[in-house]
Amino acid sequence: MTKITYVEHNGKEHTIDVQNGLTVMEGAVQNDIPGIDADCGGSMACATCHVYVKNDWYDKLDEKSEGEDDMIDQAYEPKKNSRLSCQITVSDKTEGLIVYLPEKQV
Amino acid sequence: MIKTDALIIGAGPTGLFTAHQLKIIGLDCQIVDNLDKIGGQCIELYPDKPIYDIPAIPECTGEELTQNLIKQLEPFKIKFHLNERVDEVKKDSNNWEVKTSNGTKFNTPNVIIAGGVGSFEPRKFTLKECEQFENKSIFYSIKNKKIFEGKIVTIFGGGDSALDWAVELSKTSKVNLIHRRDEFRGANATVGKVHELAKSGKINLFTKYQLSGIKGSSNLESVKITHENNEVKTIKTDYILGFFGLIMQLGPIAHWGLNLDKKTIEVDTEKFETNQKGIYAVGDICTYPGKLKLILSGFHEGALAARACFKLARPNEKYRFEFTTSSKTIKNRLGVKSD
Repeated sequence: MTKITYVEHNGKEHTIDVQNGLTVMEGAVQNDIPGIDADCGGSMACATCHVYVKNDWYDKLDEKSEGEDDMIDQAYEPKKNSRLSCQITVSDKTEGLIVYLPEKQV
Repeated sequence: MIKTDALIIGAGPTGLFTAHQLKIIGLDCQIVDNLDKIGGQCIELYPDKPIYDIPAIPECTGEELTQNLIKQLEPFKIKFHLNERVDEVKKDSNNWEVKTSNGTKFNTPNVIIAGGVGSFEPRKFTLKECEQFENKSIFYSIKNKKIFEGKIVTIFGGGDSALDWAVELSKTSKVNLIHRRDEFRGANATVGKVHELAKSGKINLFTKYQLSGIKGSSNLESVKITHENNEVKTIKTDYILGFFGLIMQLGPIAHWGLNLDKKTIEVDTEKFETNQKGIYAVGDICTYPGKLKLILSGFHEGALAARACFKLARPNEKYRFEFTTSSKTIKNRLGVKSD
């Protein structure tokens, strides 16, 4: 289990124990964190699990998947630290990861 | 006013197979979809991605699945209404009166919503001020390119639509192309062409910039763009085009008096009927205890909803279950010879 913190747009924080091997998106969906839609179910075919990664975490994560930036182009208000949470796999390396949720997904 | 036994909203895999099931049992139906092509999410989101869990098909792509479903429907000559969104569903004595965005009207006892995650709509600029210029100076699709002749057009986006229009409009307009990063996701040839045109000064290229403001009163005057490093530029422009892909929204369905659970519609598991008699929901858009968002579940749900439609479309007849392998009647409908 690895602690991941999801911060809603209104500032509300949720720190959840997520099983290693799941994605940050799955951790949110399975724990009913509001603000992550994940319409396509994790096939990187939409951009509705979009998150902003806390700045010092951005470079520590594995590189973006091929095509991930193409989908982020189509996200709601993409920024430099934007990621699709379905492409971040939870592991010991992500202990304490903090992600911020955008105002909305669609 | 088109009269039909059942109207299907959504031409994705579930909608297509539901049409097949309706025709097999002798009902007619028509299909409306907001996209310009048949296939729904399979064709819009993942045409090239493999699917491994369609029964008896070890592997196929979204496009192959769609092609096969269309082929399976061929004997039935189904009428499709593409590029039309269902806006209104109203009760009319015993039937439902349905109106689309193009003004097409249907009268039917059965409406089957196979709408996936809702209808695909262009993603728009998030800046509030953009709304007042929408369809005047700000567009998300182009219907008449003549209006841009001799004008300054500022295009936002990095995919094929943005690049294709930048290339096309650069012939007759002054074009600014703005994208949030250096890489473009369009076809390689088009990306090359854009860079070539940028070099020769036919396109003004701004990368790592995003829209941060607009100025204008009755007409648009200028656009403000901000770089990743917060540097701001103001550019004179007559028109803005935004091409950020499509998003899925429940849209007007939310206003038809159906019981909703978040973005899904609650149904029973016998008829897949909603809280409104004669309105069904099948596929990803429906929810019930144990719901799985799989294509195969959509097929099952459509088959059952089709049988439920029979009762309302043919109140004086009794539905008789038949197998396609042995029924002469079904073989006639399919146009195949019976042994």
